[in-house]
Amino acid sequence: MAKHATPMLDQLQSGPWPSFVSDIKEEAERRHKNVGNVEFQIPVDVCDDLLGILELSYKDGTTHWKHGGIVGVFGYGGGVIGRYCDQPEKFPGVAHFHTMRVNQPNGKYYTTEFLGKLCDLWEMRGSGLTNFHGATGDIVLLGTTTPQLEEIFHELTHNMNTDLGGSGSNLRTPACCLGESRCEWACYDTQELCYQMTLEYQDELHRPAFPYKFKFKFDGCPNGCVASIARSDMSFIGTWRDDIRIDQEAVAAYIGGEIQPNGGAHSGKDWGAFDIEKEVINLCPTECMWMEDGKLMINNRECTRCMHCLNVMPRALRIGNDRGLSILVGAKAPILDGAQMGSLLVPFIKVEEPYDAIKELIEGIWEWWMEEGKNRERLGELIKRQGLAKAISAVGLTPVPQHVMEPRHNPYIFWKEEDVEGGWDRDIADYRKHHQR
Amino acid sequence: MAFVSSGYNPAKPMENRITDIGPRHFSEFLPPVIAKNKGKWLWHEIVEPGLLMHKAEGGDEVYTVRCGGARLMSVGHVRALCAIADKFCGGHLRFTTRNNIEFMVETLEEAKKLKEYLNAQKFDGGSHKFPVGGTGAGITNIVHTQGWVHCHTPATDASGTVKVVLDELFEEFGQMRMPAQVRISMACCLNMCGAVHCSDIAILGYHRKPPIIDHEWLDNLCEIPLAVAACPVGAIRPTKKEIVTEKGETKTVNTVAIKNERCMFCGNCYTMCPSLPLSDQTGDGLVIMAGGKVSNRISNPKFSKVVVAFIPNEPPRWPTLAKTIRQIVEAYASDARKYERVGDWAERIGWERFFEKTGLEFSEHMIDDFRDPAYYTWRQTTNFKF
Repeated sequence: MAKHATPMLDQLQSGPWPSFVSDIKEEAERRHKNVGNVEFQIPVDVCDDLLGILELSYKDGTTHWKHGGIVGVFGYGGGVIGRYCDQPEKFPGVAHFHTMRVNQPNGKYYTTEFLGKLCDLWEMRGSGLTNFHGATGDIVLLGTTTPQLEEIFHELTHNMNTDLGGSGSNLRTPACCLGESRCEWACYDTQELCYQMTLEYQDELHRPAFPYKFKFKFDGCPNGCVASIARSDMSFIGTWRDDIRIDQEAVAAYIGGEIQPNGGAHSGKDWGAFDIEKEVINLCPTECMWMEDGKLMINNRECTRCMHCLNVMPRALRIGNDRGLSILVGAKAPILDGAQMGSLLVPFIKVEEPYDAIKELIEGIWEWWMEEGKNRERLGELIKRQGLAKAISAVGLTPVPQHVMEPRHNPYIFWKEEDVEGGWDRDIADYRKHHQR
Repeated sequence: MAFVSSGYNPAKPMENRITDIGPRHFSEFLPPVIAKNKGKWLWHEIVEPGLLMHKAEGGDEVYTVRCGGARLMSVGHVRALCAIADKFCGGHLRFTTRNNIEFMVETLEEAKKLKEYLNAQKFDGGSHKFPVGGTGAGITNIVHTQGWVHCHTPATDASGTVKVVLDELFEEFGQMRMPAQVRISMACCLNMCGAVHCSDIAILGYHRKPPIIDHEWLDNLCEIPLAVAACPVGAIRPTKKEIVTEKGETKTVNTVAIKNERCMFCGNCYTMCPSLPLSDQTGDGLVIMAGGKVSNRISNPKFSKVVVAFIPNEPPRWPTLAKTIRQIVEAYASDARKYERVGDWAERIGWERFFEKTGLEFSEHMIDDFRDPAYYTWRQTTNFKF
C-alpha cells in the first residue's frame, strides 16, 4: 500500500512510453519488501515521499525544493548537488535529497558487473533512483542524505575505482560521442581524447578555480552527436582535410537502387526511388559535386565537409585520411547575454598523443579567461566583451577568414597604436601650423 | 536502519582518501566485437526501426537494438536492463547521448529476437519498459531536465511533460516516416540545461510574474550585488527599505527593488538569491520553440525560435502541450522535403508560412526586443509572402 495517494501522478502510468511513475512505484515497493535484506542507510520510504511531494507539486503547480544546498565531500569543491524539501514534516523521506554526479565511462558503454555494483551501492546508501544520464554526461544518483555522501564516495573510489563528476565554477564532466567505437565517420578517437583530457584536468574538475563553469565535449564529426557546438564552452569536432574517398561501384549500386539511401533512415515513407541528382548533388551546400560518365565527382577544395553526401551514401563515400579536429569556443545557454553556439577558433589540428598541442590551446584559453573573466561570466561572454581577436591571440593564432561568417559591416575599427605610423602622441600646436582655428 | 560504515573514518577524514582518479577507462566496458573493430568501421545501415547494423573492414558485423529510456530510472530498472544484457549481450550495454539504451549482438537473428523481447516488456500500468526505436528519420527520445523532481528553479515539470509528449507521439518512435530525424527537448527553466536552444522542437518552462521579495531575509541570505548583476535587463537595484518583520519589529534593511515593467521573469536573480522566489501556479507554464539543430548537415547549426508564447501548465497530462506539439509535427511531416530538418523547412517556406501551416498564433511575444541583435531578426526586405 503506497504511503501517499497520488491521483494525478497515477495518470502518468498509462500510455505507451515508459512511465517514470510506474518505475518509482515499483522501487518504493521493492524497498518495502526488501527481499535482499538490505540495511538501508536512508529512509525506506524515500521513494514514497518523493512521489508524495511530486504529487503536491502537480496539485499546486510549483516546486517544493528549497533554494540551493551546499554539501560535498572533503577534498573536492563540487560533485554533489545538495537539495532539501520545503515540507520536511510531511515528507521526511526526502528532507535531504542530494544528487551525486558520478563520472561516466566515455561513450557510456557499461558492463552489467559495473552497473550491478553501482546499483547495490546506491540501493543501500541512496534512494535507488537515478538519471541515466545527466545532460552533461554524468551518471546521476538522485537522492541521499548528507551523512551518506562520504560513505558513498569512499565506496565509489575504493571499490569501484570511479570518481565523482563536476559541479560549480569549474571544468564540468567532459563527454563525447561514441566515436570510433561504432561509427565509420569518427575522425579521431573521441573517447580516448575525452578520457585523457578528463584525467589531465582532474584538479580543475574537482576544485572550482574558474570565474564560472566550463565544459568540454568531443564530437567525432560535424554531425554533432554529442552536440558539442551548442553545449560546451570548448567544442572539439572531428574533420578531415584531404579528399572524400569515393567507391564508384557503390555509387552505381545506390543509383541502381541496390542500396537504400541514408542507411534506410527514411524507409517508413515512400519518397520515391533514390535520385542522386535530387538528393545529393542538388543539396550539396557548395555545389561542388557532379556526375560525369556515371561517376560521382567532388571538387574537394570547395567542400565544407557538412557530411550530407556521406550521410546519404555511407557505403560509397568515406571521410578522408588526413584527419584532425576543429575547436570552437563559447557555446552557452541564454543567461545572461543570450545563447551562443561555439565559434570557430582552430580550423584544424591533428589529434596526436600525448595531445600537447591541444592542451596548449586549452590552457591558453583558460589563462586568458581565468584572469579576465568576471564573476559568473562564461567564456562566450568574455569573447563578446573583449572580442574574438583576443581569443585568437590567447591561443597564439593569427586571424584568418575562416574565423568569421562574414566581415564586419560597421566601420568602428580599433587599431593598436603601434600599428599606426607616428603613434597617437600628437600636439595640437603642430596641427594648427597647417590648419587655422 | 542501523548505520553501516563503508570504511570511511570521520575522525580522520583525509586518511585513505582516494581523489582525482576520474572515470573508468571505456575500454574496460566494450563488447568484444566493438573492441576488436574500433576505428575500423566501414559503413552502417538501419535494418528496421530501432535496429542498426555496422560493418567492419574485416567483415565483422554488430547489430544494435535501441530502446527508449525514461532517463529517470530506478536501480530495479537498471538491474532489469542488466538482466537483458546478461541474457542476450554477454553482459554489455550502452546509453546514448539522448538517454536511449543500446544492446549489441552479432547476428540479425539475435537482434530480432531481442527486439521482440524488449517490445513485450511492460510495467503494471501498461506502459512499455523498453520500446524499440529511435533510429533514422523518426522522433527519438526527449532530452530533458529535473523539473519538480529535484530542482528549485523550475517553472514546470520535466518528467511529466516528457511522458505526455512521448505518449502523444509514441508511434513515431518506432517508425521512420519523418523528412528527417526530429529532436525534441525540454527544459524546466531558461537556464536551458540540455538542448532546448538547439532542437527541432523545444519545450521550455516559463514564468510570467516578477519575483516576490523576502525583504526581511534578503540581506542575510543573499550577496546583494550578485542579485543585481544577475539581471540581464537591469531591472534590479539595491535599496534600503523600512519593513515590519514577521515578529512585528520595525526596522530598515538593505534589500533590492525590482522594476516590474522591466522584469521579463527569467528567474536568474532567484538562482543567485533565495529571497527572490517567483514560481506561481497560474503564472508559470510553457514556451514552445522550433527550428534549431546542432549538426552541420547542408545548413549550419541553428538556434530554435519562439513559436508559442505560452501554454499553461496542466498537470498531470498537459493536453494543450501534447496537442500543440502534435500540430507542429504533423504540419512539418506533411510539408517538408526529404532531409529537411524543422528549421530548414521553416526557413525555406518563410516563418510566415510556418505559422500558417502549423496553425499557430503569432503575437508580439515572438518579436525579439533583447538589445542590439533584436534588429537583425526583423524583416529588412520587401520579400515576404501574403
